[in-house]
Amino acid sequence: MFKLAITNDGNSTFSIANVAGHFKKVLADITLPIVGLVIFLGLWSLVAKSIDTSLGQFPGPSQVLEQTYSLIDEHNVQQDKAEQFYERQHKRNEARLAQDPTYEAKVRPFTGAPTFFDQIWTSLYTVAVGFLIASFIAVPLGIVCGLSKSVYSAINPLIQLFKPVSPLAWLPLVTMVVSAAYVSDDPIFAKSFITSAFTVSLCCLWPTLINTAVGVSSIDKDLINVSKVLRLNAFTHVMKIVLPSSIPLIFTGLRLSLGIGWMVLIAAEMLAQNPGLGKFVWDEFQNGSSESLARIMVAVLAIGMIGFVLDRLMLVLQKYVSWDKTAVLR
Amino acid sequence: MNDKKPHLELTQVGIDFPTPKGPFNALTDVNLKISEGEFISLIGHSGCGKSTVLNIVAGLHQATVGGVILDNLEVNEPGPERAVVFQNHSLLPWLSVYKNVELAVKQTRGGRNKKEIREWVEHNLELVHMSHAVDKLPSEISGGMKQRVGIARALSMEPKVLLMDEPFGALDALTRAHLQDSLMEIHADLGNTVIMITHDVDEAVLLSDRIVMMTNGPSATIGEILEVELARPRNRIALADNPEYNHYRHEVLTFLYEKQRKVESVSEHRKNQNKTQDKRSVDAA
Repeated sequence: MFKLAITNDGNSTFSIANVAGHFKKVLADITLPIVGLVIFLGLWSLVAKSIDTSLGQFPGPSQVLEQTYSLIDEHNVQQDKAEQFYERQHKRNEARLAQDPTYEAKVRPFTGAPTFFDQIWTSLYTVAVGFLIASFIAVPLGIVCGLSKSVYSAINPLIQLFKPVSPLAWLPLVTMVVSAAYVSDDPIFAKSFITSAFTVSLCCLWPTLINTAVGVSSIDKDLINVSKVLRLNAFTHVMKIVLPSSIPLIFTGLRLSLGIGWMVLIAAEMLAQNPGLGKFVWDEFQNGSSESLARIMVAVLAIGMIGFVLDRLMLVLQKYVSWDKTAVLR
Repeated sequence: MNDKKPHLELTQVGIDFPTPKGPFNALTDVNLKISEGEFISLIGHSGCGKSTVLNIVAGLHQATVGGVILDNLEVNEPGPERAVVFQNHSLLPWLSVYKNVELAVKQTRGGRNKKEIREWVEHNLELVHMSHAVDKLPSEISGGMKQRVGIARALSMEPKVLLMDEPFGALDALTRAHLQDSLMEIHADLGNTVIMITHDVDEAVLLSDRIVMMTNGPSATIGEILEVELARPRNRIALADNPEYNHYRHEVLTFLYEKQRKVESVSEHRKNQNKTQDKRSVDAA
């Protein structure tokens, strides 16, 4: 646009006006959210000062920022410790190997307390596993429900029955079942991890299932007729016609599911004592130091931001998978 | 014409659609014999069951009584030997023009190798003059072009009968004339049997060997059949002044607007429209 303004005098005023308009729009796009944020921070610090709890004053933005730095510091310290531990272990093993070539070196993992960032990582991993299990069940089942009215009628009451159930109700059942069923001398996964992941699955099954079924059942009738005239077999029909046309609703379901899964996970981790953000919050609460509330607030903000990022990631994935590149996704 | 065994035969075809108020009789006693290579137009007022006849031949609807026989075989399910050109083109929006036709080719001719498939797809797109836009998505081309691709897709299945449901209904007059000329060329080249639904009297007379005029529903049936004995190839400009052509037009118009005139006030018209919508929703269900 600037190039045009320089090379073509006739258009210059138009272009400058255009650029100015564009600039104004960008300014509005940036400033308005910042104004909102500043007002929120101001109100927060004002209100926080007037709330006194048994653990001290409710944390305002500055305390939360402070605790964020302290959590980062703790993480760095812990990582240094871990590095030093592995280095020492490595040296020790080499020394023993030099003395006795038949010695089989043992590598012991570092057992320091997990930091906030380790907890975030664990949470992400758990929610990913739970969400993937749910999706692998819900999408195919949703397609079958959408294709066959009879299957849908058969399954619909179950969907309606289980959809509103809180994760907290499932958790004791899942815990007991996992304890009974998952018996292994050398478990690859911790029981608490499996419990949390399954609870997440149980709760984020439904939005994907329902949306996929709706998406599949609302395919354009003419496209189905095309498929009939071409005598596409069931597999080709699903791959060429059903999936592409129901992608938008499948992704709506997946995004809702992931959002629910992330919320459920925090609760599940608190109760199942699975390491993760939920356990971090619970531990801080039990710890009850004067910094606890600020640290919990850091976790709250982190949970919110991660939830937002997860949703954006799904949107990017949808854009990549969807055939309609012009569709406005939000 | 009737001395040899007919290519496509509709015998006593009738259909009832279930409605909450009991069955709705859309068609009765439709009898029609079509020989190979014939171009048939179905014309009639809205809601007279033209599309239903076409869908029964396509196998998308099942006749309640009577039946359809194509080359001594009963029609009871859809298949590529009775390719359909849908009114709203019905291209798969996520596939390019080429891939849309390719899907049909791959489906109907498993025996072709990759190169032959490619050539056949390209050949059919060339027939409808769409070679320049093979990699475009349907959303990127005009309505007339989409309909061309729809026709190419149907032709690529090498159907015994080409069924066209108001193929040019949604197009502007100029584009429509253009496509009609293309269709006449293709029909002259390939000699497919064609059944076409139309609302357009000129289109029917220009393209058809016979015009099948339907009475108004419910219980619609064939009212009259008009043989159009104009020499081919037909030229729309030359025919405009041709008395014979105008005579055929007159016949069809007389049937539609005098014999089968829909006498209705505005309020009745609205009611009837609702009725057609009801019937459509029944169709959809």
